[in-house]
Amino acid sequence: MKILSVENLSRSFGGIKANDNISFKVEEGTILGVIGPNGAGKSTLFDLITGYTKADHGKVEFFTKNIFGLSPDKISNLGIGRTFQKLKPFADQTLLENVMIGSFVKEENIKKARDKALEIIDFVDLIEKRHHFAKELSTGQRKRLEMARAMAIEPKLLLMDEVTGGVDQKTIPGLVELIIKLRKSGVTIVTIEHNINIIMEISDNVLALDQGKSIAFGSPKEIQNNKQVIDSYLGTIDAA
Amino acid sequence: MDNRLLIAKSEPLWNTNNKVIFLVGSLIILLFTLPLFGLNSFYLHLFIMIFMHAVMAQSWNVIAGFSGQISLGHGAFFGIGAYATSFFYIQYGVSPWISMPFGILISGIFAILIGIPMLRLSGHYFAIATLLIGISFQVVFQRWDLVGAASGLWVPMTSEDSWIALQFHKSKVPYYYIFLIFFIITFFIVWLLSRSKLGYRLRAVRDDPQAALSLCINVSNYKIIAYVISAMIMAPMGSLFAQYILIIDPDRVFNIEISIIVLLITVLGGIGNVWGPIIGAAILIPISEYSRIYLGGTGGAVDLIIYGLILMVICIFRPDGLISFVPKDILERKKQR
Repeated sequence: MKILSVENLSRSFGGIKANDNISFKVEEGTILGVIGPNGAGKSTLFDLITGYTKADHGKVEFFTKNIFGLSPDKISNLGIGRTFQKLKPFADQTLLENVMIGSFVKEENIKKARDKALEIIDFVDLIEKRHHFAKELSTGQRKRLEMARAMAIEPKLLLMDEVTGGVDQKTIPGLVELIIKLRKSGVTIVTIEHNINIIMEISDNVLALDQGKSIAFGSPKEIQNNKQVIDSYLGTIDAA
Repeated sequence: MDNRLLIAKSEPLWNTNNKVIFLVGSLIILLFTLPLFGLNSFYLHLFIMIFMHAVMAQSWNVIAGFSGQISLGHGAFFGIGAYATSFFYIQYGVSPWISMPFGILISGIFAILIGIPMLRLSGHYFAIATLLIGISFQVVFQRWDLVGAASGLWVPMTSEDSWIALQFHKSKVPYYYIFLIFFIITFFIVWLLSRSKLGYRLRAVRDDPQAALSLCINVSNYKIIAYVISAMIMAPMGSLFAQYILIIDPDRVFNIEISIIVLLITVLGGIGNVWGPIIGAAILIPISEYSRIYLGGTGGAVDLIIYGLILMVICIFRPDGLISFVPKDILERKKQR
């Protein structure tokens, strides 16, 4: 079943087409990887889907509901969670408080909201850090915090922007494992990644963007062999 | 289930510190018994001013400390409360106890009307807009004949002390207890608010509105809710102050100084913390009152110079306010690790 359908989504900033008629579909329970060089329009695509930036035109459907033009809070309320490329933790609040703000969406009772937040924090393997302020956490831990916070709203679809970006090599396997664990829990994932090996390892499908345009969509193997993707993003030994 | 998770779930919701409970309980008992020790009129007045300003600063703390919107025109809601009580008492003989909720309601309505367009602005734009709104209230009331224009309103004095008319001429003790009760009630309302779902969500709006949106929080609505609550806490202080001094005019109850002083008190004590306004008021108000005694009149503005110096020192060395001197393990939100 299609959980997300994007059709001809476009957005220009002045004369620059940040997203130019992007179309793709995501099946429920899968992971879609979004790749592309810097400035390809990946984060803009997330902002358009989640309502943070208003699209010039296009259509976005979540299951069968048209969510084009809705505000970010309404979109998240429908069950679309997201993390941010530039991390946005509530810095002066503890990890537990950060996640509780998310768990209050489905839980009115403060004790139940706290317990649910603790379960999610345990899921992302940060239970020992629950009383630490967000600003005291490492980048990798703050990435986990954002994932936990997004999970707390019980999303059906989770958009993750560069989960492994800006973290040390030792931290990456744990974060990848977490993404796989998340998918197994039933959440559909769309993830932006620069690390091509990770994308190929975890994704069911890959969307490749370049200069605001969708240049390829298919299985990781198809993408790896796509000439346009190789030319614009992956590169070749000869080119190097 | 993971043992660490079980331990975490078995922790109490709040790290309630018995020492703090004992201290708060003792302080409340002390404040209730203080007049019995024969406090003179000046000290009663001093405590009344501390209670009143602590509540006003607590009101400002809700909008600025919890939701992160710096309002520089909060005196408007103080003035609305003062005028609502005095006007209905003078015109229709309505008891201030009845007109006070009306003043609270009007303040709430004005907060919605002001908040809907204003709270779309952010940062210094919102601060400037509220500053102008505060000044415009003063200007309008200075020219509004129905409420006495620039001369203001003189509340007719009752011949005897009256709880219904909220007037006490023989002693300030009844005023002391009324302000004290409002002070305690407000503290507990804000304390509960800070621990509620609403409190969590307001702090999310304050810390990062973009992230708050991703957690189903309608940022604009929550800012308005905070503004309305804040206005409704401010208004009864205006009502009580009007009954305390019995003469109100726009320069006194809509003065920009009111908006500034609640800001100074909160920042000094600790913004975003329920204890901040209390600590700030307990330090700044005595400075203000004593400077009036020793320097006469309005204190020769020396109190404002002292405020400025204290604030500079605080901003440089203790940006979290004086509350940051309290050991971290005593503050409830900073739990033991």
